[in-house]
Amino acid sequence: MRNIVIVGAGAAGLAAAETLRREGYDGTLTLVGQEPSLPYDRPPLSKQILAGQWEPERITLRAPDSFAALDLDWRPGRPATQLDTVNKGVILADATQVPYDGLVIATGVRARPLPGTGAHVLRTLDDALALRRCLAPGRRLVIVGAGFLGSEAAAVARSLGCEVTLLEPTPVPLAHAVGPEVGQLLAQAHFDHGVDVRTGVTVTETRPDGVYLAGGELVPADAVLVAIGSTPNTQWLIGSGLDVHDGVACDRYGEAAPTVYAAGDVAHWYNPLFDASMRIEHRTSAAEQGMTVARNLMRPESRKPFPSVPYFWSHQYDLRIQAYGHLRGHSEMAIVEGNLTERRFVAAYRKDDRVVGALAIGMPPKVIRQWRQAIADRATWQDAVLSTTVTTKG
Amino acid sequence: MHVQLDQPKCVAAGQCVVAAPDVFDQRDDDGVAILLTAHPGRHLYDEVREAVAVCPAAAIALVEQ
Ligand SMILES: Cc1cc2nc3c(=O)[nH]c(=O)nc-3n(C[C@H](O)[C@H](O)[C@H](O)COP(=O)(O)OP(=O)(O)OC[C@H]3O[C@@H](n4cnc5c(N)ncnc54)[C@H](O)[C@@H]3O)c2cc1C
Ligand code: SF4
Repeated sequence: MRNIVIVGAGAAGLAAAETLRREGYDGTLTLVGQEPSLPYDRPPLSKQILAGQWEPERITLRAPDSFAALDLDWRPGRPATQLDTVNKGVILADATQVPYDGLVIATGVRARPLPGTGAHVLRTLDDALALRRCLAPGRRLVIVGAGFLGSEAAAVARSLGCEVTLLEPTPVPLAHAVGPEVGQLLAQAHFDHGVDVRTGVTVTETRPDGVYLAGGELVPADAVLVAIGSTPNTQWLIGSGLDVHDGVACDRYGEAAPTVYAAGDVAHWYNPLFDASMRIEHRTSAAEQGMTVARNLMRPESRKPFPSVPYFWSHQYDLRIQAYGHLRGHSEMAIVEGNLTERRFVAAYRKDDRVVGALAIGMPPKVIRQWRQAIADRATWQDAVLSTTVTTKG
Repeated sequence: MHVQLDQPKCVAAGQCVVAAPDVFDQRDDDGVAILLTAHPGRHLYDEVREAVAVCPAAAIALVEQ
């Protein structure tokens, strides 16, 4: 292989580029990025960047000299607009065609909008800086969506003295992912910090001065943040023959078509550990998958599957949340270490007869790693949990 | 070569400890990474490079000289 093209210059794309070079690939390596900046990290956008604690330079993923050492054909600020899998070329917005014999698709996702105008989203550095400019003591921020992103933004906005309203359509925020008990605990943290959490409400339209609810009520705001999930960036792949129903469909190795791989938030892959296909928007998976596809492209004869136990963290107020595994669709949850009242615990999640996930708040790393292992080992609920604890239906 | 660890950036994911157990550990209370050595032997460079690549906070750098 002499012409490898990576489309998308985020964590996954950069990890793929670095790994190819580290593994000795010395052909042309093209990195196409829609954004004009050097690859940067997204998790701090809803944390230190939004809080104004860090300046933007701090989140650049690699120092300019390390980035230059990768000897890339770097094409910033030019999105790919089309993929031609027959003639093996990527077409960019400036109409140039970049030929490839190996391709990595790492274009991530974009924020899902709501009908209306004037609302902020939080996906890029520019988004974060624009929202940050609106946050000041006494300003009213309405956040639509109490997922991890909306919750982190709420915590930061409170710390800056804003009046925050958090609107959520479901009865308990995040219950589908973490279960009602842990969801309730996270909601309580918002109450304790003076956030007006309103559940079971549907927002129909955003405006610069507030949002309309399904019943017609206007919730007034000085700024509105919509954090209701995301859509994979696959518009440029329409017509390429790839399956882009929900992200780029690929196998357990990240392969979508011969010599075409996908990695990161955009990849929809089959995870044999949970016998499920999944698309994961986690920072660690993005880097791991980028590394894996790089190696699989270079050494097709000894391909390795994507790492199978997803890992996610989130920081809200003084809560440091860490989660392993695939919690969505669990049938039962049990507290296996510590307790909910002290907000120091490990919760285990069950599906069928197995442990499929674990979520920890405020626990030492060694305790959590043990549960990661149980998930990787396909431990049964009986062996890992039942002998020791009281469980609750989830 | 020496290893730099930007502790305030660390999110306690523990990926570095898995990749290079002779170079990194985690504090018991909050899981923030600590350097066991800033000057690992040459035979550990590959492991450290792996840690640099997997760290989800870009908190680790391997600096020449
Ligand atoms: C505010 C925020 C907070 C987060 N917090 C956490 C957290 O605490 N913990 C955690 O585990 N995860 C977190 N995440 C998720 C994590 O950041 C993502 O999983 C990770 O960034 C995914 O990396 P990626 O490379 O797949 O995608 P991205 O980082 O989205 O990179 C994709 C890149 O491709 C570019 N692109 C898109 N289309 C094209 C095109 N057609 N041509 C060329 N380039 C294109 C995009 O502009 C982008 O730069 C957070 C995400 C956000 C937005
Ligand atoms: S991998 Fe990075 S974020 Fe995780 S513990 Fe190590 S230094 Fe910290």
